[in-house]
Amino acid sequence: MAVIKVDCTGQICPVPLVEMRKALRKAKEGDIVEVTGTHSSSKKEIPLAVKAMSLELIDVIEDKEGVWKIRIRNVRGK
Amino acid sequence: MTDKATIIVHSGDMDKLYSALIIGNGALAMGMEASLYFTFWGLQRLKKGGLEKGPLSKMNMLGLGKWMVKRKMKQAKVASLEKLLKDFKELGGKILACDMTMEIMGIKKEDLRDDLISDYCGVGAYINEAKDSTVTLFI
Repeated sequence: MAVIKVDCTGQICPVPLVEMRKALRKAKEGDIVEVTGTHSSSKKEIPLAVKAMSLELIDVIEDKEGVWKIRIRNVRGK
Repeated sequence: MTDKATIIVHSGDMDKLYSALIIGNGALAMGMEASLYFTFWGLQRLKKGGLEKGPLSKMNMLGLGKWMVKRKMKQAKVASLEKLLKDFKELGGKILACDMTMEIMGIKKEDLRDDLISDYCGVGAYINEAKDSTVTLFI
């Protein structure tokens, strides 16, 4: 099991969403994709995409500066 | 069956091409399939070196408006059309080129970025894609 880190700090629509999907396509079954970013809409949209693809959302953490980190487990290998 | 988005890219305007590519990438990122069907002025943007050549749909002001918008976009770190097109392909999106437009506008396959184009086709192919789509747009 590997953790794939994707840094989208400072990037805006649709880059965080697209980079998340690119990473998930490369991830193996059980791998974790960890996306970091600052674009606030993406923080809401990435969990929606995770749900649409029936993957597992591990957690969404945001610090005081508005930097969020979302962890996704690639459970279906989609 | 996977949900699908099918978008007709009729306009060659820069801002509208952004809309089409962002929506297409968004659909793919959300786990859908996506196809972009390039026709008329949209197809001009698939010519070699043509991607960035489109004017703004409003307030282009002989290119001055476009220049200002592009500068703002750069400051806001908006992805380039080239990146969006590459990402679209990488995520498995399909690019279709209208062969009737090629005929009437005298565009040859070698004038276009053939490596990006999945198929050269007509309305039948588009309808065939669109009939199973949950999202269809004309831009």
